[in-house]
Amino acid sequence: MNLAYRDIRYNLGRFLLTCLGLGLLLGVVLAMIGIYRGLVVEALTIARAPAVDLWVVEANTRGPFAEASRIPGDIREAIARIAGVVAAGSITYQTVEAQHQGTKLRLYVIGYEPTRPGGPPEIVQGRAIARNHYEMVADRTAGLETGDEIRLGRSTFTVVGLTQHQVNSGGDPAIYITLPDAQKLQFDLAPPAQRVQLARGAAAASRDTVNAVVARLQPNASANAIADTVQRWKHLSAITQEAQEAILSRSLVDRARRQIGLFTSLLLVVSAVIIALIIYTMTMEKLKQIATLKLIGASDRTIIGMIVQQALALGLTGFSIGVALIVNIKDYFPRRVVLEPDNVLILGFIVFVVCLLSSGLGVRAALRVDPAMALGG
Amino acid sequence: MLTPSEDTPLVRLDRISKHFGEGETRVDALRDVSLKVYPRQLIALLGPSGSGKTTLLNVIGCILDPSSGMMELDGELVIQDGRWQRSDLRRLRLDKIGFIFQFHNLLPFLNVTDNVAIVLQLAGVDWADARKRAVELLDYLEVGHRKDAMPANLSGGEGQRVAIARALANRPRIILADEPTAALDSKRAEIVMDLLRKLAIEQDAAIIAVTHDEKIFDRFDHIFQLRDGRLEDSGDGPSISMDMAQA
Repeated sequence: MNLAYRDIRYNLGRFLLTCLGLGLLLGVVLAMIGIYRGLVVEALTIARAPAVDLWVVEANTRGPFAEASRIPGDIREAIARIAGVVAAGSITYQTVEAQHQGTKLRLYVIGYEPTRPGGPPEIVQGRAIARNHYEMVADRTAGLETGDEIRLGRSTFTVVGLTQHQVNSGGDPAIYITLPDAQKLQFDLAPPAQRVQLARGAAAASRDTVNAVVARLQPNASANAIADTVQRWKHLSAITQEAQEAILSRSLVDRARRQIGLFTSLLLVVSAVIIALIIYTMTMEKLKQIATLKLIGASDRTIIGMIVQQALALGLTGFSIGVALIVNIKDYFPRRVVLEPDNVLILGFIVFVVCLLSSGLGVRAALRVDPAMALGG
Repeated sequence: MLTPSEDTPLVRLDRISKHFGEGETRVDALRDVSLKVYPRQLIALLGPSGSGKTTLLNVIGCILDPSSGMMELDGELVIQDGRWQRSDLRRLRLDKIGFIFQFHNLLPFLNVTDNVAIVLQLAGVDWADARKRAVELLDYLEVGHRKDAMPANLSGGEGQRVAIARALANRPRIILADEPTAALDSKRAEIVMDLLRKLAIEQDAAIIAVTHDEKIFDRFDHIFQLRDGRLEDSGDGPSISMDMAQA
């Protein structure tokens, strides 16, 4: 006969209610871990989307994400001719706000050359851009559907395809348009401003500017060696994919990451204290029963087993409720919540250890119980 | 009423003393208590609060170590010069002593049968056999019809009979009862005392009870009065002056 099981079954409602409370708390901890992971993943998503090895940006900048970068569009041709480069593509990034069905959308516009690196990694619905102008591929989080039309700048674009999980480090959904459309959107002045410039006698600026050129390398090519080659041109800098990801995760979202990380740690500590208190209180409420058990001949091992098993059952049930909760609601968060199996397993292990340690407090109290306590009123 | 047999006493105390604290704070709970209890005897311990009744019960129950003295239980030397002669007191309790409490103290999360069977399981009896023996005991104590009930659903008398069944599960020859009838009305108190008498005879056991319940004084073979830690024999019979009983 298992005493822990019998006690839980007897007080099932109360036990489940306690587990639910603990589950909600652990659900919050898991959500924070997921938000933390999501922040890092989202920060890297756009940089990983083109699946390239090298980023060529403006000299002495860490662009195009951490710092502004502008380079001439024809640089792409020069980069493509470097030995070891398989393909190169020009790319632009900018954030715009647009109206759609009466709602303001904040969008991260990526301009790319459809036949070159820089486009969306996967189209989950619809098709890729097939025309030179006025088509776009949007991320699902923008709330757009294929066939929707949306006005950006002075042009109207039709959504022809949808991607998934393509957002920038701020959580803004990405939309992909052709490079010429993106350059027009980013660099063309509005007609009144254009007229003022002409009246001042200023020369018309070239529109062929991009934020970066991305390059795919041969499998045996050294990204660092090609980066050194590129940097011999004094007006350019080259950043390997690895370095670009480091910039994004350690620089761009570092403070937010640390903030959430610290808060998650605090939540874990609070959870540990609450678990300890619950288990300790559960034990303290049973001291007379424990005294009776001791008096009728129960060994310390029997009593320790009962407390530890109940603590682990509480932790396991609460943790399962927490996982089920967060798995079911994570897609309703406005930003991505990424729960990797290893994160869940690590938290599960932490809960297991906390339950064991917490039950230690209860066990200590139980072992100190004098069997004589069962005698008398 | 039974007279002490010529058998070896089941409980033999010789000059047992117990004090708490030292110096000015020293309290002598038991002073040179000597006592012999024989099989089939029902013994009552009386005394005012703080007189040492519970301390004496705890010493006999092997849950409190005395400061000095000797104790034998069922012919086995348990305490010599205030020192335990056995290291496994839990096993000693399990094998030799049954406890009956003022309130039945049944485990609320086990049904009646399991409350009795758990004692046997703790002693190493197979669970199925333990339950079988538990049901037999419950039938013997005329509470078998409640074998599946939870303790919260038992009447006071039923609860106490189940507690007695639990105390008897391992066939102990020494039964210690702490106010066994305090929570019962007169009728049920008499039933419980009749039952204890029956058990003492049929199981060749000794029963030592702490009680203040005047209604049951006449059911004991011997009544001892504790005053300031000293044991005073009130005589062989149940007769005791009311002023002593109420002290």
